[in-house]
Amino acid sequence: MTFELTATVPSRGVDVRLDVAAGRTLALLGPNGAGKSTALGLAAGTLRPHDGDITLDGRTLARARGGRRTAWVAAHRRRVALLAQDPMLFPHLSVRDNVAFGPRAQGRSRRAAATAAKGWLDATGLGDLADRRPAALSGGQAQRIAIARALAARPRLLLLDEPMAALDVDVTPQLRQTLQHLLAEQTTVLATHDVLDALLLADEVAVVDGGRVVERGPTAEVLSRPRSAFAASIAGLNLLTGTWTGDGVATATGEVVHGHATHPEVPLGTAMTAVFRPAAVALHLADPHGSPRNTFRGTVRTVEPRGDLLRVRTERLAADVTPQAVAELSLVPGRSVVATVKAAEVDVYRR
Amino acid sequence: MTARARRTARVTAALLAATSVAAGLAGCGPGPVAADGTTLTVFAAASLTEAFEQVADDFEADHPGVDVRLSLAGSSSLVAQIQQGAPADVFASADTTTMDELVADDLVGTPQDFATNTLQIAVPPGNPAGVASLQDLAAPGLRLVVCAPQVPCGAATAATVDGAGIALQPVSEEQSVTDVLGKVTAGEADAGLVYVTDVARAGDQVDGIPFAESDAAVNTYPIATVTDTDQPELAREFVDAVLSPEGQAVLAGLGFAAP
Amino acid sequence: MTTWTSTPALGTSRRTGRDPAVVPGGLPRWAFVPAALGGLFVVLPLVAMGTRVDWTNYWGLITSESARAALALSLQTAATSTVVCLVLGIPLALVLARGRLPGQSLLRSLVLVPLVLPPVVGGVALLSTFGRRGLLGESMEVLGLQIAFSTTAVVLAQSFVALPFLVVSLEGALRTAGERYEVVAAGLGAGPTTVLRRVTLPLVWPGLLSGTVLSFARALGEFGATITFAGSLQGVTRTLPLEVYLQRESDPDAAVALSLLLVAVAVVVIAATHHRGPSR
Repeated sequence: MTFELTATVPSRGVDVRLDVAAGRTLALLGPNGAGKSTALGLAAGTLRPHDGDITLDGRTLARARGGRRTAWVAAHRRRVALLAQDPMLFPHLSVRDNVAFGPRAQGRSRRAAATAAKGWLDATGLGDLADRRPAALSGGQAQRIAIARALAARPRLLLLDEPMAALDVDVTPQLRQTLQHLLAEQTTVLATHDVLDALLLADEVAVVDGGRVVERGPTAEVLSRPRSAFAASIAGLNLLTGTWTGDGVATATGEVVHGHATHPEVPLGTAMTAVFRPAAVALHLADPHGSPRNTFRGTVRTVEPRGDLLRVRTERLAADVTPQAVAELSLVPGRSVVATVKAAEVDVYRR
Repeated sequence: MTARARRTARVTAALLAATSVAAGLAGCGPGPVAADGTTLTVFAAASLTEAFEQVADDFEADHPGVDVRLSLAGSSSLVAQIQQGAPADVFASADTTTMDELVADDLVGTPQDFATNTLQIAVPPGNPAGVASLQDLAAPGLRLVVCAPQVPCGAATAATVDGAGIALQPVSEEQSVTDVLGKVTAGEADAGLVYVTDVARAGDQVDGIPFAESDAAVNTYPIATVTDTDQPELAREFVDAVLSPEGQAVLAGLGFAAP
Repeated sequence: MTTWTSTPALGTSRRTGRDPAVVPGGLPRWAFVPAALGGLFVVLPLVAMGTRVDWTNYWGLITSESARAALALSLQTAATSTVVCLVLGIPLALVLARGRLPGQSLLRSLVLVPLVLPPVVGGVALLSTFGRRGLLGESMEVLGLQIAFSTTAVVLAQSFVALPFLVVSLEGALRTAGERYEVVAAGLGAGPTTVLRRVTLPLVWPGLLSGTVLSFARALGEFGATITFAGSLQGVTRTLPLEVYLQRESDPDAAVALSLLLVAVAVVVIAATHHRGPSR
């Protein structure tokens, strides 16, 4: 374990325990005010724990017992970089100088810092913006530069606080792709309320609610089989993994799932995930005829209420259907069903 | 121009006019004569403050219904005001030069000298620097403060020092006697050159040391009625009151010598 | 907050820097009348003073020995005072804006006192501190340091009255800029001094610049505290305002000419710094 945090902050009603292994990404998933930002502040050194221990790569960053600090490493000595929803690029510095800021601040020579900056700018694909001022960048560009700046500081831990929240919907896929690419080897904690961010960027998910971690586990598991109420309310997504066939995702069980590919240019055989909401799934007793749909055979395992609807789970899928449908089809555990979902309701992402 | 713009312009003009009227009124100086009595306006040098306040009180007691208004400032400021038409009835100056300016302009009647004043050395109580004579003021390291040559007390200082053949090295040449006295009472200066009357007024805050060479620059105070006065009689009576034995006694009590 | 643009946006008027297509927001028409009066109130006396100047002898009046000495002393002491204000005022503003010390709001009020104090009172206060019989003056006297009647006294008097201007401008700019950029910079590994130098001060540069100009202008115009605390001697303590006041006694023409010179110096300093703008 390279990053471990156990801390209480009574003034904010927070009592959390987190850990992230080297090179992995942990998503803190939870609603606004759940305590995600407090957890990040504790890691970054902008907040003090009342009680607890924070360690990174074996070094104690903070330790407190009953409000008494017994160890404290100042923010600038932690090697922990924070990227918030606002890119916060220094307005008086060019893009290049922004990215070179970390290396310079850590005492590297002007030339070495400039080389590092160029490398990271090229890695984000924005090398040609190096001479611009932040005011002349779009929101998406600025956020990608901010990522390059954070990584150029070679942080031992990268903190991302809702990095997509302030961006237009149409630029978020590109930013996610940049992050997927750059976070591969980087130890990261990502705070988000967006299931998709967690799905695509995180190896593991910790669901935070009311200042506590209420659930944690591998991303696919938490998102597809949520145990906590909050995770269930926002997650419960249907996730089917497989390989890219050029027009769909071939699953291990032999189906090909068709859907809207966010990265159409990926090579054949690439690992991909098909994602769709339970509400988009229709259940039938026999193969329906007509419009081309994805169909999945299965057996009903559980039926549980979910708002006005009932969530019906098969081995691999969840479907939200009306109580009338459940009654008409006699959907009780053990019943064989055919689940269908329109290709237009399915998003296909690279994993 | 639209109707609205014209209206705005009219309002602007009216406001400007109102403002200039107000400014004009404010510039008139002392207000009109009191309805129930007569006001006599006396312009006097600032060093005469205490003396003229007493003389004016006595004068008002002798002349029921008359209100004496004292306007006290530096002599040269007062001259400038009278030249610009300020409504003064009597003018008492701290030196003959400034009075002569008004005589030359025919703005005052014939001046009469009513008091003199001479320089004295002022030292902090106890005289820590041990100053005993004018020559002692030239001692190296002694912090001496005098009036700047541009102001009357400085001119008197220069005349005295030149007459005695001494070169002084003051640490400061102040704007007024008050400033010189302030530096001495604060203990910042070891000695200062001021008028006898200033030493008298400062009480026990300073000690005065007379010196023989002060005769070289005797400052004479002249007084005159202002030509444009509306009350030549009353103005004349005030001048006489200053010259009367009672007036002279008041002046003598404050350190002034007779002319 | 200042906006930082490298090139003017398209459609921006070169003269005003404003887009002519933009309709200005709610400004009531009547506001122009008092605004014009306000402008006149400031400008008219300056113009009126200009009409009083004896232009034929102007050059001679402002280049007399005493005038040159006063101008040189004024520029030198005002510049030194500005440096003193920067050295003491930047850290003070930082502490007031960012610190969390007990009694900080009291400290802020006290630092602002010279703003509302009559300068003469400031002079008296300085005398009680640095004067011969003052709080610190007595010990300094023992060490052979004499402050009263020296150019140092002028600088002290000017710094005393000018410091609040710098602190107020800078503290406001620091509060507006906020701490978020500083947090980001610390996360990138920058220590507090690096953050101050490379992030905080560049961000508040416009506020720092206007505070510096204000304190220089205040130092240049300082009169009351100087005449009370420092005295008046040509070339040592008699700055331009003191020279103007003294010349009024004997040579009103010279006084007006020097006043105009003082106004000109102030205008040049303000215009120069405003035109350079917040470049970098």
